Formats: sequence, C-alpha cells, structure tokens
Amino acid sequence: MYEYGYIDDLLKLAEKHKKSVAEIVILSEAEEYDLTTKEVEKRMDERIKISHESIENGLADATPLKMIEREDRKMVEMQPQVLGEIAHRVVTYALAVSEGNAKMHRVVACPTAGSCGIMPAVTFAVGEIKGATQQNYRDAYFTAAGIGKVIAKNACVAGAVGGCQAECGAASAMAAGGVVALLGGTNEQMMEAMTMALKNVLGLTCDPIAGLVEVPCVKRNGFFAVHALTAAEMALAGIKSAVPADQVIRVMYETGRTIPVSLRETSTGGLARTEAAKKIRERLHMD
Amino acid sequence: MTGVGVFDIIGPVMIGPSSSHTAGAARIGRMARIILKDEVESAEITFYGSFAKSYLGHGTDKAIVAGILGCHADDPIIRDAFAIAKERGLKFSINTSDEETPHPNTSKIVLTGKKGGKLKIVGVSLGGGKVSVVKINDFDVEVTGETYTLITVHHDEPGVVANVTAVLAKHQINISQMRVFRKAKHQDAVMIIDTDGKVPKELLDNIENVVGVSRVMAIEPL
Repeated sequence: MYEYGYIDDLLKLAEKHKKSVAEIVILSEAEEYDLTTKEVEKRMDERIKISHESIENGLADATPLKMIEREDRKMVEMQPQVLGEIAHRVVTYALAVSEGNAKMHRVVACPTAGSCGIMPAVTFAVGEIKGATQQNYRDAYFTAAGIGKVIAKNACVAGAVGGCQAECGAASAMAAGGVVALLGGTNEQMMEAMTMALKNVLGLTCDPIAGLVEVPCVKRNGFFAVHALTAAEMALAGIKSAVPADQVIRVMYETGRTIPVSLRETSTGGLARTEAAKKIRERLHMD
Repeated sequence: MTGVGVFDIIGPVMIGPSSSHTAGAARIGRMARIILKDEVESAEITFYGSFAKSYLGHGTDKAIVAGILGCHADDPIIRDAFAIAKERGLKFSINTSDEETPHPNTSKIVLTGKKGGKLKIVGVSLGGGKVSVVKINDFDVEVTGETYTLITVHHDEPGVVANVTAVLAKHQINISQMRVFRKAKHQDAVMIIDTDGKVPKELLDNIENVVGVSRVMAIEPL
C-alpha cells in the first residue's frame, strides 16, 4: 500500500495520505518487513544515536591517519573565517566522522562507509544550532533513507559501479532532502533539494589513493556536506530543478556506467595515479 | 519489493573504513567461527584478489580475526583484534595468494577448534557488508547470514531430508529456502535451510538426533 520505487511515488503517496515523506518511508518499511512503526522508529533512533557518537569519537581520537593529518582538529582550532557558523561546523563534523571511519571507529554507513560523514555532519550541525528535537532528527533520517532507497534501486550507491557521484553524491542528496525535512520544509522542497544536490555532482569519479578511504575521501565528505546545505538553501528559497528527481537519478546511473573503470574505485587512474600517490604508496610499502 | 531496506541505506553500523573490506571480512570470520561450533585454537587465513592487495590499509586482517573471535562487524574490538587474539590464545596466520578467484574479495579460512575439529571455508565479500560463504570443506554452498540458517552435515540416503524438515514442520517453523549438496551418491552431504524464524536449541538437538545427520549448525542474521 505504501510501496514506492521512485521519488514521484513518495510525493504522490505523501499527498494522497496527507503525510510527510518521512511518515511514508516509515509506513512502507513497517509494511515490507512486518514490523510496527514504533519498532521501525526505535531502530532508527539507535542509528541516529550511533551517528551522533561517530562525530564525538572522530573528534576525540588524536591519532594520525596514514596519509593525511588530523584535519578536523585544524577546523576546531580556528574560528569561521569565510563560512558561517553552520557551514563551518558541518565541515568540521564531516571531517571528524570520515577520519574516524579511516581510523577504524564505529560509523553508520550512509549510504556507504566512504561517504559516512555527510549525513551526520549536516543533520547534527544544523540540528544543534537550530535546536532540533528527536522528532526532527527522525524526520531527517527517514527522509534521507527514502531518497537513498530510490537511488539504490534506480541507480546505485557503490563507487565501483557509479563512481563517487554514487557515494558522496547520493549521501549529499540524502542530506539535502533530510535537512529540509529537519527544518520543516515541504515535501516538494525536500525533493527539489535532493534533486539539485545530485544534479550537481554528476560525473564525480572515485579514485582513492592506494585504495584507502582517505584521499580524497575525507575532505570530499566535508565538501559535499556543504554542497547539501547549498541545495537545501536554494530549495527553501523556492528554487526548483528544471529536470525532475527521477530523471536526474537515471542520469546519475547512466553517467556512472560511462565513467571509465580506472576511475571507479580501482585506484588505477585519476588521483590514484599521480606522482604524489606513487610516493604515498612507497611510504606505506604498498608497491 | 526492492530488496533494499531503510537500514541497508542508513547502515550497516560498522567499524570503518570499508563495508566490503572491513565489515564484510568480520562477518566472514564470524560465520566461520559459528560453523566450526567451537572455540578456535588456530586459524590460517588466505586473502585473494582485492583482499590480498589492500587488506593492510583496510584492516581486513584485524576484522577477520575479530570475527573468528566471535565479534560482530560493529564491535570496536576489531581495532585491537590482534592483541585480543593473543590474550585469548588464538594462533593465526595471514597469507596472500595471487591465484585467480571468481570474486575479487575472497578469503579462505582454515580453522582448528579447541576440541580438535577442523574446518575450511571460503567466503566472499559482495559489497555493502553483504557476504556469502561459498565453500564449506569440500562442498560448494551459499550461506549469506541474512536470515536464520541451518546447516546440516548428513549422509546422502533416502529420508534424511524429510526427517529433518519434519522436525521443523512439527514445530511450525517455516522454510523460506532450502538447498542440498552432496559429494557423491551415498556419501557426505550438506543441507542449507533458511527459516523465517529462529530455531530453538532443543530442536537443533532433535535434528542432530535424526538418523544420518552428523552435525547441525545454526546461523542467525549477522
């Protein structure tokens, strides 16, 4: 009854039942897995809690990474210079979670481990400054989950299949829709934000140095977390995408399939083949 | 049905950095430990393909050892798995092979249990933390750890399969999927039975008592 395969389905179901996208996502999940809506919410609450802890764990761990320094610390130690308070905190948190992931801390893949910093950074930085309630966080996470499900079904969420647009791009689209939900925007605004975020990462490649989730992944989480804010701000201002959500998702998939294999998580092209990458590999005794 | 749930997208909860190379490895290790049905005395681990090339940077070695110690993919112990293994007296070796395998993220685990039992499994990591055990000893199988699964080792003879399923039927346990593999006619065989719910301990004992069945192992969703 609440089954959805496309963003368009989600919007139509929400309108028909006079509910939010998050509520439809909860009802659909309960229906599909034979759970009560309370059970579905409880499971999400656990993941929201672990996502929040992943920010704290990342910020607290003072050990270095293999290829880069502790970049989150540098952000914490400097007052915002050009970014506003929210965006500055979003970058800090995204780096913290992504660095924590690289250092084997517990994270919630969202939708993947390589892109796990984006959703918690956007949700909690905005939520803390705006005074969000647990219900607001739930709205954000269920909205994001619905978007992610549609992307996984009609495109992909794996760098090896679709490049980084399928990982950090999908995460950014999920966070953009989620943060509009957290701020009380309309269902349509959530999906406009999601669409604009995804549309503007098309073609992004996946070329991690030495196959590790560090360069460019950690900083990229910071960039695409802020990208989600831009999309949300535009959508809340009433800006709409000229190409609808489901068509953009389709294009993300088609674009992903045309990205050469060397730039799809094989570490054989792009940044992974630079002089700098070669030196890093030698230093890590990986050659 | 999409086959992808909300908690596949917001999840899995895992120790980083890689769902395929870290979380998947921990799950393969844990499945091996469950299938052995004993504390592990020693483990010989061999990585193939991408696992062989990048296991160091992804903590694949630590994750698989933690799994063999019985840890889940979200257990922070993974980071200190080698120290914990030493503490608990688990001897292990990590090897790599450039032998071609059908799947890039493949590992072979040979376990010796404290009671002397031996087990060889081959597990593949399919991405997103999803895994499949594709070989148990000399049997080609497919065990994903996504549902409640029973694995029996039995003698290939008429009636064994029926008697095992009868135990489940009698207690209203529904079978969602079932496969039977055998080495050769009238030799060792294996059943993989996925059920809709957990099979209680006393039923496992009943199944083990079915004539022809030598071992039963129960795997819960990872």
